[in-house]
Formats: sequence, C-alpha cells, structure tokens
Amino acid sequence: MSQADILIIGAGPCGLFTVFEAGLLKLKCHLVDALPTAGGQLSEIYPKKPIYDIPGYPEVIAEDLVNNLLKQIEPFKPEFTLGERAEKLEKLENGQFKLTTNHGTEIQAPVIFIAGGLGCFEPRKPPIGNIADFELKGVDYIIKNPEKYRDQNVVIAGGGDSALDWSIYLSSVAKRVTVIHRRTEFRGALESVHKLIELVENKQVDLITEAEVVGLQGEDRLQKVLVKTPQSTMELATDYFIPLFGLTPKLGPIADWNLNIDKNAILVNTLDYSTNVPGIFAVGDINTYEGKLKLILCGFHETTVAVQSAYRIVHGGKKPSFKYTTVTGIEQL
Amino acid sequence: MEIELKLTDREKQQHCLNLDTDWGFNLMEILKASEFPVEGTCGGMALCASCHIYIKSYEHELPPQSEQELLILDQVFDVTSESRLACQIPLSILQGNLEIELAPQQ
Repeated sequence: MSQADILIIGAGPCGLFTVFEAGLLKLKCHLVDALPTAGGQLSEIYPKKPIYDIPGYPEVIAEDLVNNLLKQIEPFKPEFTLGERAEKLEKLENGQFKLTTNHGTEIQAPVIFIAGGLGCFEPRKPPIGNIADFELKGVDYIIKNPEKYRDQNVVIAGGGDSALDWSIYLSSVAKRVTVIHRRTEFRGALESVHKLIELVENKQVDLITEAEVVGLQGEDRLQKVLVKTPQSTMELATDYFIPLFGLTPKLGPIADWNLNIDKNAILVNTLDYSTNVPGIFAVGDINTYEGKLKLILCGFHETTVAVQSAYRIVHGGKKPSFKYTTVTGIEQL
Repeated sequence: MEIELKLTDREKQQHCLNLDTDWGFNLMEILKASEFPVEGTCGGMALCASCHIYIKSYEHELPPQSEQELLILDQVFDVTSESRLACQIPLSILQGNLEIELAPQQ
C-alpha cells in the first residue's frame, strides 16, 4: 500500500498547487484523479481557452497553466494515480485514512485533501421510472467490454459521438443493433454519421428517429423496451439497452463519506478549509462557505492555508515554521 | 434597459423579476443569485445543462444556439423546441420582457 503525508483527491490546478505548498513544508503528496491526465477541467474541458485572472499572468492558456503547475511541483516528486476514481475512505486504527480506488489501488495518509472540482463525471441516466431495476440486468450506461454483446440484441439510445461510435462498432459484434434517437439529424462527427447511415441503408443497423425509450420490461432481466414515436408506442424485444447521453458532473462516492454537504459542495471552516471530519480538508471548486468564489486563485489561497493545519496533524500538533521562498528557495523532497 | 422576467418554477409557481440588461450577467447567474433551484454546475460553459429552461414568450429573436449548446441539449432529457441553456443568454442581448419556465431537474 502506498503511503503519503497528504492524499489529494483531484489533480486539477488546486490539487497540483497543494503539492507545492505541502512540499515547502516537506510533506509528501499522492494525487488521485478519475481522469487519465492531470489538470482537471483545464485539461478536460477547456485546454485551449485563455484564463485572465491568474496573478502575474495577463493571459494564460489553460493547458499551459497545468504544464507550469506540473513543472512547479516537480521538485516535490508527487505520486500520481490517474484514471482511477476515489471510491472508499476508511479510518484505520493507527489514525490514518485508507483510500481505495475503483481499481482496488490502496493509498494510506493521515490527511486527505479533497480538490475534486466539479466532482466525477458520471453517465446521464434517462428518466425512465424503473431503469434502476434493470441496471446490470440488461441496462448498461458505459460499454466496458464489447464482447459482452456478441450475438445479442442491443438497443442504443442517443445521438452524440459515443452513441454513433458504439452503434457502428457493435453492428459487427451484436446480433442486431437498434439505434433510437430523439431527432432526425445527428450531432456527432460527420464521418461517423455517414458510416451509420450506410449501415442503416445496408440493413446492418436499425434506426428509429424522433423516438424515445419510455419504458422497460422484463422478469428477472431486461426483455423489452417501449419506444415512443410521434405515431405510436411500440415494444421492442432486446437483451441490452445502452443509453449513451454523455456525462454530467456529480459529487460521486465523496457524497457518502459523512461530510457536511450543501448543494453538491462540501461545507468547510474558513479558518483552515477543514471539513466536519478531522483530517479531511476540501479546497477549490468542491467546497463552499459564506462568500465562496469559484476561482482558481481562491483555491490556491485555500490550499495554502489548509496545508498549515495539515502539517500540524502530520507532526503531532507541531506548528510549521513560516518561511518565504525568496529566502529559502525550493528544497527537493 | 429595464426588463421584466416572468418565471414558472418546477412547482408551477409564477415569479416576476425586474432586471437591468446592463448588469453584465447571464440568465443562469441571475436565476442562481435569486435562489431559484438552478445549479449552474459548470459555471456557464454549456457543459452540464443544469440551467435548462424553456422560453415561453419573447417578442424578439434570441441569438442562435452555439454548437456546444446544441450538443449538450442533444444529450439531456425533456428537451423541446423551446429549450435553451440559461447560461448562454447574456442579459445584455435581451431587448424586451421574457417569460421562461424551469425544465425538470435531471
């Protein structure tokens, strides 16, 4: 099991800068992020957009800021666990926390910093009353192993890139692929749209447009979907229903860690951005308090203050000595 | 310019707000600041659709939806021809009174 002084959940700008501030106090960090690369929203959502409110930078491109932060924390040699979601957090008898990711990776640390930004990106689930009853019994929101659908009847709902790409791929694996789309046109990549239309014309994929799946039926597992079109509602026998409507940010498993939450954000004490659970801090966009501003620069401030308290926890109540980097420089960890 | 915003919430209650189009906010920010249950999770980048509204009445023409707004509206539910993302409507482009309804929560 990996050991750190501070385990940081979220490798966005705030999580990365935590490594720097912790490094100045000689605290060793381990970062975990569900996304496969560091940078959080900046890398995933707007890498090419300019940011204008980072002190000292009249303008900085989001991905450049991430690269600079990564360079800034290099001397402190943080460890990274990327592409894995922080799933379970336990308090051990030795007083430390143990985090387990969805891939089973275990990391131990006396202090947890949650710098999770918007949270985890989870699949959007269509509003069908009994859909939860069929999850893992015929309803999948993510395709992990396409072989699962070999020689099966599959209904895919959605009109974006993901729905198009998987419909095309599964047309040569599944027994029958039926695509249900709300509109008549698709908004995916043009090449994929053309390919799908070709498959439909060659009768290798069934396409029902201006339609929605409105109901699910089955005994122990999914057997039929109800498809509503402007003309009628019809039953369609199927083995799998795969709604692919993109991802939406959710707090995810963090919501179950007994933290005080208000409107999808973690409540903190502005004295040191600690949560209601001793040893757990929340910094950046994921926290909330009176006067909160969701700005990168505010997150930088929050985490700088919070690591001072983290030091006390790691060193049994000892106060860190405050030094300017202009005096001490950067010492490698 | 002063305009009137009529809003129907998810409980079908009617509300009325007086807005100044010079405020420099977008509609999502106004709804959030007025404590309507609009999350605006992505901060106004047309990524989360938590500010999905229906335009019930507007005498002028709203600017067309961006590719990003269309992409997101294509992936959420309860979408109609009246659907817009409030974060993509800056107050400054409004030329008169507006009537909207909050879409169901995702």
